[in-house]
Amino acid sequence: MLFGIHWDASGTAIHFALSILPILLIGLKVTVEATILGFILALLLGLILAMLRSVRFKVVSWPAWFLIEFLRDTPLLVQLFFLFYVLPLYGITLPALLIGILGLGGQYSAYCAEVYRGGIEAIGTGQWEAARALDLDRFTTYKDIILPQAIPRIVPSLGTYLVSMIKDAPLLSAISVLDMVAASTIIGDQTYNYLVPLSMVGILFLLTTLVVSFLVHKLDHKLPKTGIPMK
Amino acid sequence: MNAIDIFTNLLQGLQMTVELTVLSSAIGALLAFVFGVGKTSHIWPVRVISIAYVEIFRGTSLIVQLFWLYYALPLLGISLNPFVAGTAALALNIGAYGSEVVRGALLAVPKGQSEASLALGFNSMQRLIRIMLPQAVPEMMPTFTNLAIQNLKDSAIVSLISLSDLTYYANNLQNLTFQTVRIYTVTLFMYFVLALALSWALGVLERYLRRWKPLVR
Repeated sequence: MLFGIHWDASGTAIHFALSILPILLIGLKVTVEATILGFILALLLGLILAMLRSVRFKVVSWPAWFLIEFLRDTPLLVQLFFLFYVLPLYGITLPALLIGILGLGGQYSAYCAEVYRGGIEAIGTGQWEAARALDLDRFTTYKDIILPQAIPRIVPSLGTYLVSMIKDAPLLSAISVLDMVAASTIIGDQTYNYLVPLSMVGILFLLTTLVVSFLVHKLDHKLPKTGIPMK
Repeated sequence: MNAIDIFTNLLQGLQMTVELTVLSSAIGALLAFVFGVGKTSHIWPVRVISIAYVEIFRGTSLIVQLFWLYYALPLLGISLNPFVAGTAALALNIGAYGSEVVRGALLAVPKGQSEASLALGFNSMQRLIRIMLPQAVPEMMPTFTNLAIQNLKDSAIVSLISLSDLTYYANNLQNLTFQTVRIYTVTLFMYFVLALALSWALGVLERYLRRWKPLVR
């Protein structure tokens, strides 16, 4: 029994699969929640990192560069363990799910920062010069000239990272978050049948990533591509 | 324990991490070529199998693939030891990502090249090996480097099936000494240095593969 739902491993594989489906769906909900919140965090933190990195003072931009590289080149799992074990030492005790969201958001903020930077750098210098010539201030230049052109370009990359984050989210089970993978191994431990639950998890993952990829694709098509000079 | 002691202790796990990364990246690259070429094949069953492989392994999570190979496969009568399961999961996963790169690079070779080789009477195998791949491989290298680093990072999850890699030793040491901050900081830096070393080594390989490139055009 898990989440108050019983399973029935006595019948056929399909019967067993159907009886654990509600449990796995609750686990999937945890995965999706962690992904959505983690992604929002990554988008915001990534923006901050990208801005810090583009600052002219090397005292600021170099540490930001190092942090981005470090977050990108070290395993998420170890980052999660680090947060999970280290934060309590400083008196910060958070639920495991929240730590997981911080970890996911942290690693992907580095990816997002690179995407933002690429997107903004892809805008030709002519745009900046024209904005300068029209005497637009820095804020207006960003708001009305640069970002409207950069955003449609970065959506596909961000979408790829969203999908990839869904697939990284089950690592949270290693820091005791009860998600879909954790639920399936618990069921496996108790019924000695790992084949059905783990295969179900695989199928559910496939469906989730397909749906999200499709939505990202749709969003990408919705965004205006015309009327913006592409280089 | 100071950081040096922790480092020397963790070195025991370093070998496993390096072995796994190198072995699974190499097998993954092989899979990438097989299925990447398979996706461009004219024979439809080959294409279907290649597409199915790529979609399944890119669409599901690596941890699910690993657990499936390690826990679920024995129920079908195939028991893998942790090392084989870990290597297989990493290789199959990274191979699927690599296939897309191989396919993309093959399609990016100018069409005239394959037409010319056809006109010169090359058969399709010769065309692939002599004409297409030598031009496509250098273009794949930057993305392959990223994938290899991805693979290095992913290899940390084998600690979850009790393979004694770097992360496994870090967790072990954490349970014994509770020097949490130092242990995980040292571990993270070890992975970071490994990633830099990997990217340097593949950069050397890329320059070697690209050596004839300036001669063209």
